[in-house]
Amino acid sequence: MSLYQLEHVEHVYRETTVLKHLNLTITAGEIFALVGPSGAGKSTLLRLMALLEPPSEGKVQIELNGKPLTYHKASITDRRQLGMVFQRPTMLTRSVYANVAFGLHLRGQHGVQSQVKHMLEAVALQHLAQRRVQSLSGGELQRVALARALILQPKVLLLDEPTANLDPYNIGIIENLVRRHHDEDGTTIIIVTHNVFQAKRLADRVGLLLESELIEVADTDTFFNHPQDPRTQAFLSGDLIY
Amino acid sequence: MQVTITALSISAVVGIPCGAWFALSKLPGKRILTTFIYTGMGLPPVVVGLVVYLFLSRQGVFGDLGWLFSFRAMVIAQVILATPLVIGITMSSILGLDPNLRPQLRALGATEWQITRALLFEARFGVILGLVAGFGAIISEVGAVMLVGGNIDGRTRVLTTAIVLETQRGHFEVALALGIILLSISFATNFLLMILQGRRW
Ligand SMILES: Nc1ncnc2c1ncn2[C@@H]1O[C@H](COP(=O)(O)OP(=O)(O)OP(=O)(O)O)[C@@H](O)[C@H]1O
Ligand SMILES: [Mg+2]
Repeated sequence: MSLYQLEHVEHVYRETTVLKHLNLTITAGEIFALVGPSGAGKSTLLRLMALLEPPSEGKVQIELNGKPLTYHKASITDRRQLGMVFQRPTMLTRSVYANVAFGLHLRGQHGVQSQVKHMLEAVALQHLAQRRVQSLSGGELQRVALARALILQPKVLLLDEPTANLDPYNIGIIENLVRRHHDEDGTTIIIVTHNVFQAKRLADRVGLLLESELIEVADTDTFFNHPQDPRTQAFLSGDLIY
Repeated sequence: MQVTITALSISAVVGIPCGAWFALSKLPGKRILTTFIYTGMGLPPVVVGLVVYLFLSRQGVFGDLGWLFSFRAMVIAQVILATPLVIGITMSSILGLDPNLRPQLRALGATEWQITRALLFEARFGVILGLVAGFGAIISEVGAVMLVGGNIDGRTRVLTTAIVLETQRGHFEVALALGIILLSISFATNFLLMILQGRRW
């Protein structure tokens, strides 16, 4: 069953075309990795898929509970099934606890305290619950960002470089957590990453975005071992400097 | 004092939502509006007093209300002085927040109303600062209150107008004592707000 349908998507900021001729289908329950050099438009594509912006042209549609939804049609209840971790997470100037609890409070949920406690344990941050987020390290901050998205148990989780600049220990925690949510809850994961090894480790399928265009989409094995497009081969062998 | 508190409450109730709204919405005349608010932040009290006086005086548009030289007249004048300060400072402190915060809150599933509330809370220091500035401006102000209140003993006399009167009468000790009270009130309020700010954390 196809979850996302993107057809002839084009996105323009003022004069600059950031995405063009983009077609993509995502199946419910898969892990899809989006790779590509800096400035290719990966974050922009993720924002469109999170229904945070409408595309300038074309269609970005997601089917949730049998309803086809777009930026304009999705209600707040629909939107709340999508989770996103931004490339540069913005925190509320409050405690770690308050940041992780925030989304639950928005939804008027009960039992917030024990849910947050469990979540913080899962990202190994329980000892920092009362700390202000401003005093956290980069790795801790990214784990808080992931925790506050995961705790909402989204049907679709969009991750924008969730492990950029992190050490193997933090990368391990984050990857395991993402994989566990995928396996246990059937969460669809779309992850943007600079790290092709990460894509290899996690993804069912991989897409390469190059200069605003989606060059190649293939299952992970094909993508890495038998890429069709010569530009994918060049990207993988590091000939494309980024 | 009662005048100032009433006026400040009204300014807060009007000014904080307006400030948030102006900061967050895409109104067409936003530039001009902003210019007006910033001008409003520095209105000379005597001029405000004069205008309110003219509106409320017997020949004025609202003359029939008979509000001149009353508590209400003074409150009106002070609200006019304080509200632009509250709006302006609330607005600029919300605009000073990280622009990525809004999409972030939206992605966490916040409604527009929840976003506004969260942003106001993030800008809490600025909002409190706006209230302090408004309070400071109107408690120490003489011109407007004197004109529209008339400095009537027991009815429309406030600290500042009392100081003016006592000075004119040559009762410097009384004037000075009142001045010290005024200063203490200012100081105490600011101090209290500082503590509140610290608590909020
Ligand atoms: N809000 C915006 N206004 C104008 N231009 C933008 C905006 N957002 C992104 N761009 C531009 O669009 C292009 C693609 O940006 P995007 O953030 O999607 O790239 P990216 O692939 O995520 O890069 P990176 O790997 O460095 O994060 C860039 O040239 C960027 O400057
Ligand atoms: Mg990016």
